[in-house]
Order: sequence, then structure tokens, then C-alpha cells
Amino acid sequence: MIRKLTLTAGVFAAALNASVAFAETELTVYTAVEAEDLKRYAETFNADHPDIKINWVRDSTGVITAKLLAEKNNPQADVVWGLAATSLLLLKTEGMLEPYAPAGVDKLDPKFVDNSNPPTWVGMDAWVAAVCFNTVEGEKLGLPEPKSWKDLTNPVYKGHVVMPNPASSGTGFLDVSSWLQMFGQDEGWKFMDALHENISAYTHSGSKPCKMAAAGETPIGVSFAFRGAKSKAAGAPINIIVPEEGVGWDMEATGIIAGTSKLDAAKTLVDWSITQKANEMYNTGYAVVAMPGVAKPVEHFPENLIEKMIDNDFEFAANNRAAILEEWKKRYDSKSEPKG
Amino acid sequence: MAGNQAVLPAGRAPRLQLDRDALTKRGLMVVIAVYLVAALALPLYAMLSKSFTTYSFDLARYEFQVSDETGGNWSDPVSAKALNDKLNAVAPADLATISDGRLPATSFFPDFSFRSPVKYRIRGVGPTAPYLVGLELFNSNEWKELSGNDFRRVMLRPVQSRSLANYVTYFSTPALFRSIENSLFIATVSTILTVILAFGFAYAVNRSCMPFKPVFRLIAMMPILVPSLLPGIALIYMFGNQGYMKELLLGESIYGPLGIVIGSVFFTFPHALIIISTALSISDQRHYEAAESLRASAWRTFWTVTIPGARYGLISAAFVTFTLVITDFGLPKVIGGQYNVLAVDIYKQVIGQQNFEMGAVVSVVLLIPAVVAFIVDRIVQKKQVALLSARSVPYQPRPDRRFDGFCLVWCGVVAFFIVGVIGTCQFAALAKFWPYDLSMSLNNYAFDRMDGGGWEAYRNSIRLGLLTAVIGTAIIFTGAYMVEKIDGFKTGRGLFQLLAMLPMAVPGLVLGLAYIFFFNNPANPLHFIYGTMTILVICTITHFYTVGHLTALTALKQIDQEFEPVAASLRTPFHRLFARVTVPVCMPAILDISIYMFVNAMTTVSAVVFIYSTKTNLASVAVLNMDDAGDIAPAAAMGMMIFYTNAIARIVHAALSRGVLARTQAWRKR
Repeated sequence: MIRKLTLTAGVFAAALNASVAFAETELTVYTAVEAEDLKRYAETFNADHPDIKINWVRDSTGVITAKLLAEKNNPQADVVWGLAATSLLLLKTEGMLEPYAPAGVDKLDPKFVDNSNPPTWVGMDAWVAAVCFNTVEGEKLGLPEPKSWKDLTNPVYKGHVVMPNPASSGTGFLDVSSWLQMFGQDEGWKFMDALHENISAYTHSGSKPCKMAAAGETPIGVSFAFRGAKSKAAGAPINIIVPEEGVGWDMEATGIIAGTSKLDAAKTLVDWSITQKANEMYNTGYAVVAMPGVAKPVEHFPENLIEKMIDNDFEFAANNRAAILEEWKKRYDSKSEPKG
Repeated sequence: MAGNQAVLPAGRAPRLQLDRDALTKRGLMVVIAVYLVAALALPLYAMLSKSFTTYSFDLARYEFQVSDETGGNWSDPVSAKALNDKLNAVAPADLATISDGRLPATSFFPDFSFRSPVKYRIRGVGPTAPYLVGLELFNSNEWKELSGNDFRRVMLRPVQSRSLANYVTYFSTPALFRSIENSLFIATVSTILTVILAFGFAYAVNRSCMPFKPVFRLIAMMPILVPSLLPGIALIYMFGNQGYMKELLLGESIYGPLGIVIGSVFFTFPHALIIISTALSISDQRHYEAAESLRASAWRTFWTVTIPGARYGLISAAFVTFTLVITDFGLPKVIGGQYNVLAVDIYKQVIGQQNFEMGAVVSVVLLIPAVVAFIVDRIVQKKQVALLSARSVPYQPRPDRRFDGFCLVWCGVVAFFIVGVIGTCQFAALAKFWPYDLSMSLNNYAFDRMDGGGWEAYRNSIRLGLLTAVIGTAIIFTGAYMVEKIDGFKTGRGLFQLLAMLPMAVPGLVLGLAYIFFFNNPANPLHFIYGTMTILVICTITHFYTVGHLTALTALKQIDQEFEPVAASLRTPFHRLFARVTVPVCMPAILDISIYMFVNAMTTVSAVVFIYSTKTNLASVAVLNMDDAGDIAPAAAMGMMIFYTNAIARIVHAALSRGVLARTQAWRKR
């Protein structure tokens, strides 16, 4: 009798365990990946791991970063998947990331992996600055096609350039950080002072300038190459220009938020995020991905883009971010589009 | 009862006997009052206290030791504060920073060189003294020894404290201060234009015999059904760089004050119109007869009879419009371009930079004009009621071809503008790729491929609208009943009335921000509702409480005060009276409150934008987010979805009202 009871209890417990194992785990994932890609990412992931449900919290890089920092003492996210490496470095300085070496991390290009051991974040792909130029509107206004960053300070472009606000947009920040690295502090700010004279608006999001250029609302939008390629594929009359001085870039990266109650599911997600399948998925939009040998050329993507990527100093970008933004706001904030 | 009276000594005023009914009533009133305190007063207090939170580098918390060239012979520990006092390396003003600030430790060592063999040690003093070495965070009282090359990567981090510094920073930042000027300018110009246009429209509808009055009334109410961002989006398509009427601006840019003013006139117009129309409709025919018999000219009559009669309405409309414009941020966000205003500053500080402390400061500043406008409006409203007398004779307009023609043109222009704005949005929403491919397609309605939460957001909005309409109406009407039909308890009623009026003075933006501070605090027992639909419902009900409350009060005042004593003497419990008499009699007002709550829940952005979560995305917020991401046409499409939903809700409301009127209001007919 007693044995029977224990047996029943045992079976019951086993059944309970099984149901726990198959129960859906919900992960809150913060991201800055383009909204139209999120669904595809989640679907591809769920094909392999149907038991983990992803709840996306998406906004532009600056907002997601600020949100994470604001929630420092009460984190709401389990995983960050697809946020600028500069931002993940900031989170690292706050002790907010759980160190974890995902399975297969040695297959990635070491540039795409945090240098702590175990790493606190792993890279996915690189996204690269570019300028979208609307050829139809450019011709109407008699504007020559710009070839370099310095060209953009030419007074003929006055009121015709839109760029993202670095305080809220990751693309905006990598532009500013790359100018300061390429031209040096003094020259960099001087360049931005001159550029500021031509800017008609600083947008909140990094893709908006290119979307505005695609719609002819502005002839020139400082944005990123991937966005430009997409708009061009959608039929917009734009050229994607790679300024000849070199272009800023940042990695999209993944990390686990320390203190998450769903560590196992989070690890599963991060493990998956660096698989070859995941890298192929990133490659649909990004020409450079973390796993060497995976990337295939992306349609409408400018050819010389990869050579033009600057040697980015991420520590400089992360530790000077607050000071750079402070200075930037002091100089140019009045022209910023709301929510900058 | 008799026993009680026998105990009372002679000469003392009789005291009201509290029976169970009265206690229940008071209990209910207290419950609703507690709700208002938790949903309004406490969050506002949390916001106020947040505005005093500052971050600064506390140099006394760090100590250093320096070695000589051999890497040994350590100097005595010296605090960063002592070094700074000596060197003046960092000015006191620069010690104030934001939560994300960093201060290089090398600032305190003027002869620092990372190539020299000199070594450095750093330690914290006290429990919190955070610093970074490169990207690693340290917070310890142990000495940490570093080579020169590592020491240059040491960054001190700020700690939290409380002071007035945020206010000082705010008022000494010219860019932020300019927003106040901009806001006042925009609000003033928009108010003047809206009041003039609305007055003309109301005058035409009430005092002329022009045709198509019902059509004009209908069109004039359309802007209420859309979020305030929608006119901004329409203006981009009309007058933006690719706008089809761009030439009309003669080279002026629509992005900036011009766009904000035009859009503000659009969305405040119906609000001003309702108030002015009410003021004009209650004027007294006898005054005009008197003017006529005194042979006053029409012009003179207008200035001596019409305007004074409507002056309270005009003042009230002006203040309402002013408050709406100065606290709206959707429109300046979409079309404001480089022109910063107060409401947008809050949004920028909080959403864009997550600088909550500064956002709280701007909120406090924004409360001032809103509260002033609110107080003036209350005073004026009281006087308005006193104008009506029982012997007034309603004004009967007489046909006048020239005047009626003029009225028709005036209303026609306004109506054309309103329909044009909404029509433009509809067209843009259906165009495939503005401006290069104008063929029709439904691509822009594929919300699931854009920012903002997709179709789920739209469904959430409808849920929010229905929940707010049902729960909100129940709470508001019950609260109003308790205030109006309770005996005695004067202080309590006065307090309740004040609480019920307060939401009107609090801009949605400020309310939403206050909710973050209050509910997103792990120590708050109500923390669990953060990020749920519940908090959105509570916030929306509170935000729109006052108008519903006033509507309910007006309806309740029409019911004779004798019902309650009669019911009491018949020993009928008040809840039966409430359900059998009060609610049916007030049904039209109850339906009005519900539709008001529903429509506003669908269109509001300002409060909910701070507290929606991934699971509770809303359609109105989606409009904002899609516009932000540059998907302007889908934003217009979502705006039109809101418009159609609200229009349908209105039609349902009208049908219901008619049915209810026929069933429950038969007693009104003689």
C-alpha cells in the first residue's frame, strides 16, 4: 500500500517535472534590431527552441541603453540581444552583465567577443554608417553627390542634411564617435560645427534619415548601410554613399543580464545566437557577421564598405559616451527633433 | 432614533443620525477618494521628490597613494577632495553630473604620465565609492594597486544625493529655458486663432439661418476622434518638402512654429467650439429686443450684448485651449522640427535620455501654467452659471442673406480644412510609396512589420477603451452621486470635490511620468501593476476623471433632492433608489461619460506613453513610434484606424442614446 502510494507520488512528481520541462519559458529580451526583422529572428529561433517564448522590448539604441541603465537596481530584462557593443560595454561597467562563454564561442572572430574571461557579451554582426542620397531630389535641387564627410559641410547642402541624434540613436553615436576618432577631438568638433550649419533636423532614430531620404523629404540622410540597401530594394531612388575618410561602425551584440531568474533559458538563447544558422540569419541584412566565412554579399550593399570601416576603439566610445553626449547637447541640441 | 433624541440636552443643534445607508455612502465615497489619492496625489508627490534627486562625484569617498620611481615607498593616503582643494582641478559646478557620469582619476595628478614607472593605489572610503578601471566596476575599501598605464583608465563614478541642483541647472540652461518662451508663444498664438475661428463657427451655427448646420456640427467634432499627432502627419504631406500644397507656404518651412500652430488649431477647435457654443446658446432674446428697440446698430449690439454675454465662455475656451496646447507634445514632436517646447522637453529628457530627474523638474515647471489656467477657468465657470435665469427667452435667429452667406463661407472654410487634414491622412495611408509611387495599396496597414506593436496594439487600444469606459464610468458616476446626494459631511465632500477636480489641472505627460516614479518602485506594494493593462486603465480614468465627474454632477443636480428623503422615509435602501431611479434617469449622461472615456482612451498619448509595456502597446502610441522610426505613412494608417473606430463608437453611442432616451426618458415628455 505504502509502496503503491510512493510509486504514485513518484509518477506524479515525474509528470510534474516533465510538464515543467516542457512549459514555455518567457524571456524578456531588450533589443535595438529593426522592428521588421524581429519577427523573423524569433521565428528562426523558435524553430529550434519552441519552448522559449521571446517578449521583445524594442526601441532605438540610446533609449534601450538608457532604459537598461535606469533599471540598474531592478532589471526587467533577461537578455539583451542585438544592442550596440558600446552600450553593452556600458552595462558591463555597471556590473549588469552575467559572464558566460556560450557553446562554440571559439568559432567566432575574436574581435566579436568581449575580452574578459568568461566573456560578458558576444557579437552578432557589424552595422556600418553610410549616407543615403536621393538622386531625384538631388538633381531637382542641383546638388552634387557628396563623396566624403567633409563634403557634407559644403554650404550648398545647407538645410538638406538630416542625421540621427547621438543621444538616442546608436547610429548617431557611432558617427560622432568615429568623427572624433578619425579627425581628433578638436578637428572632430570643428567638423561637427560646420556640419551642424547644414543639418535641417536631428532625428530620434538612426533609420529615419534614410527613410526620409527615400521619401524625398530630405535629399541627404546620414544613416546606416543596411537601411539604405533596404530602402533601395523597396524602390527608393537613392544611392548609398560610403564617405572616403572611413566610416564608423558598431557591433550588435548579445549578453545576459545579471540576476535573471531564467538563466538556463537565457543561456540557451545566447548559445543559439552564435550558431551558424543565426549568423546566416544576420547576414540577410548585415554584410559582416561574427562567424568568419559565413557572410555572403548583400544586395544593394556598397562594395568597398568593409575596407572603409575604421579601427574602432570601443573603450574610448563607452567611457567617453556621457561626456561626448553632454558636449554634443550643449552645442547642437536646439535643432534636435523631439525625443532626441 | 427616539432614544437618541431623549438623551440630547435641550438647546444643542440636532445632529444628523447616521444610519447604515449613510455609512455605506460615506464608505463608498472614502473608497473612491482613496483611489484618487493613490492614483493622483501620491504619484505627484513621488514626482516632486524625484525632481530633487541629483548625482555628483563625492571626492571625499576616494583615497589615493602614489609610489616613487622605483614603484615602492608609498606616500601617505590622501583623499581626492584634499587634492582637489589644493589643485582646483575640477570646479565645484563640474562635480554635479548625471547618473552615467565619469571623472578620470588622473585629473588630480597634474604631473601624471602613463609612461613613468610611478605606481598608484586607489581605495574607497565608506560603503559606496564606485569607480572603474577601464570597463571593470569596483566598489571596495581595499587598496587597489595600478601601474600608470592602468591608472589612466580609472574613472570615478557619481553617487546619489538630494538638492535643488536640478532646478538650478534647468534655469541656467539657455536651450531648456528657451522652451518656456516657445511654449508660451505657441500656446498664445494658437489660442487666439482657435478662439476666433471657433467663435465665428459657433456664432454661425447658433445665430444664423445658414443651411447644412448639422453637417457642420458633425465635421467640427471630427478632430476629437483622432490623436493630436495626426494633424502633424497630415501637414507633412500637405506642406512638407514633398507636400502637394507646399507652394502655398511661399518657402516657409512647415516644420516649426507654423506647423505646431496650424495643427494645434485643428485639434483644439472642437474643445473651444463646445464651450463657446454653449455660451452663445444660452443668451437671452430679451437683450436683443431691448437693443433693437433702442435702435442700436448690429455692430453695437454685437459688442454690447453678444460679446459680454459670451465673455465667460470665451475666457473659458481660451484657457482650455491654452492648457491643451501647452501640455500637448504629440504635435510638436511630429512637426516641431528644431523648435523645442516644454512638453517635448519632458519627453526628450525621459524617453530619449532616461534622465528622469530632469524630466521631473520640467514637469513641475509645466504644472504651473496648467494650474493657473485651471484656477481661472474654475472661477469663470462659476460666474457663467449665474448668468442663466429662469425667465430667459432663447434667441431665435432671423434669416439674412448676406450674413448667412458669410457664415456659410466661414464654416465652409473651417470644415474644408478639417476634412482636408483627415482626407490627406487617408490618402497617404493608402499610397504605396509617397511621393514616387501613388498607386493604391494596403501595404501601410501591415503593422506587424513596423515599430509600435502591430495589430496587437490596436486590439489593446480597444480593450483599454472598453475597460476605461465601463469601469471609469462606474467609478466616476458613483463618486459624483455620493458627493451630490449625501447629507452632511461637508468637509469630506469638499475634499472629495477638490480631489475630483484636480486631474484637470494635471497634464497627461506629468501624470504618466509621476506614475513611473510611484509605481515602478520595488518598495511600492502596488508595484505589481506596473507594465500591465491595469495601470493603463487606472491612469486613463484618472486623467479624464474631471470632465466625467462634472457631466455626472450636472445630470444629478437635475434630479430633485426630495427623492433621497422620500426613499429614506419609506425605508428603501439607497442602492435600490440608485439602481431604480438615479441611474435610469441619468442614463444619457452615463452614456456621454462612457463615450467620452472611450474616445479619449483611444486617442490619448501623453500619459500612457510613459507606462505602456511590450504586452500593452497601444494604437495611439504606435502612431508616435512609427513616425519616430520614419514610417510616416503607416503612422497615418494607424491614426485612421483610430478615427474609424471612434466614429463607429460614436454612431453606436448615438443609436444607444436614442434607444435609451425612448425607454427611460419618456417621463420628460408631457
